[in-house]
Amino acid sequence: MNPFFMRITSRFLIASMLAFGLPLQSAHAGLVATERVAMSAQSQPDRERIRAFLDREDVRREMLRQGVDGDAAKARVDALTDEEVQKVAGRLDKMPAGGDVVGVLLLIFLVLLVTDILGFTKVFPFTRTIK
Amino acid sequence: MVFNRHARLIAGVLLSAWLGGCATPQTQALLAAHSRPTPRVELAAVPFYPQEIHQCGPASLAMALNAAGAVATPQGLAAQVYLPGREGSLQVELLAATRRNGLLAYELAPKLDDLLAEVAGGTPVVVLQNLALSWYPVWHYAVVVGYDLDRGEIFLRSGREQRQVLPFTTFEHTWERAGYWAMLALPPGRMPRSATEAAYVSAAIALEKAGQPKSAEAAYAAALDRWPRNLAARIGAGNTAYGRGDLSRAEQAFRQAALDHPDSAVAFNNLAQTLADRQKYREALAAANRAVGLGGPELAAATETLEQIGKKMLDRDSP
Repeated sequence: MNPFFMRITSRFLIASMLAFGLPLQSAHAGLVATERVAMSAQSQPDRERIRAFLDREDVRREMLRQGVDGDAAKARVDALTDEEVQKVAGRLDKMPAGGDVVGVLLLIFLVLLVTDILGFTKVFPFTRTIK
Repeated sequence: MVFNRHARLIAGVLLSAWLGGCATPQTQALLAAHSRPTPRVELAAVPFYPQEIHQCGPASLAMALNAAGAVATPQGLAAQVYLPGREGSLQVELLAATRRNGLLAYELAPKLDDLLAEVAGGTPVVVLQNLALSWYPVWHYAVVVGYDLDRGEIFLRSGREQRQVLPFTTFEHTWERAGYWAMLALPPGRMPRSATEAAYVSAAIALEKAGQPKSAEAAYAAALDRWPRNLAARIGAGNTAYGRGDLSRAEQAFRQAALDHPDSAVAFNNLAQTLADRQKYREALAAANRAVGLGGPELAAATETLEQIGKKMLDRDSP
């Protein structure tokens, strides 16, 4: 990135973070927030803050793409911790999403039927494991 | 039938080779162990919500939340955890939604005996399973509500089945393929049986950050009951008390934190701020100086606190 572009980007970032309110800051003026206690002495608060902010933005946009509507997506991202945001940022479409898939292909059906009966899997409600 | 037995044997051998690593080490260890947990448990009072299509996340969560005393429906929770594009729900969102409903979300260690210990302690456990195969995953959430060690069975509320009975080995296969993931939803102040200090305090901090200070305060109190010297829990107790305007309790917590951890700049900074709010400026100044002197990542905040106290003292002295 060239220096000019970087300066513009960082100014934009700072401005937008101020506009949204710094997400990591304590709710009470003058007090240091509880989560800061656990952070290491080598941590770089500003760097981490910007990174967390960008990750949150990324997750929110991905949620919109996955069909969550605007306000709900914001509230849902806000409810995640920084570590949780980091875990899913950029990977929302690949993380395990529990939900049950119906319409398993025939071949897969037969394979899973056998593995079900042997007790390795449990896809179908009607199978009984052999002991 | 001889043919049948042979066919099963061959199929079994082939499949074992093909699936790879089909052992169930946790089940074997558990059943061989001498110090077994309670032999049979069933939490019959855990409510059952049959899942709608793809909605096992909201349904499982609703069962766990209601069992913990919250009021939540699968429909209401779907708006907080369901991802239409993925036709499912993410693990992190189940944790987040638990906190949004005022409960403590606790991720268990990936151990079967911990899971059973929690069930024996009266808490249903939400688990992620991969019902199919590692290369053809079918992700699914269910709630463990009981087990029978002698019969080697585990009881789940799963999908549309109110009482699914699975052999331990089958459960372990499906659970292992989902990374042995399990979580609890707990009324704040209730400690998981398998709680570790770091994990429990982190869960309490997450609850505070999620805008649930009352629940967080109860969780910090429980943490301090068990680990009285935990700095984050002590600071959290002070911050939440401060947040609801109980400055005397906040001061008490920060004093204890500074006493137990004389090298914590956060403890001295927050003590200084609280003392200044209570107009005990002399002591506040000393604490703020100490916080600045300790330095560290919160130096900027401590410097700011010190300056503000200086200003207030000047204002007071020159009316």
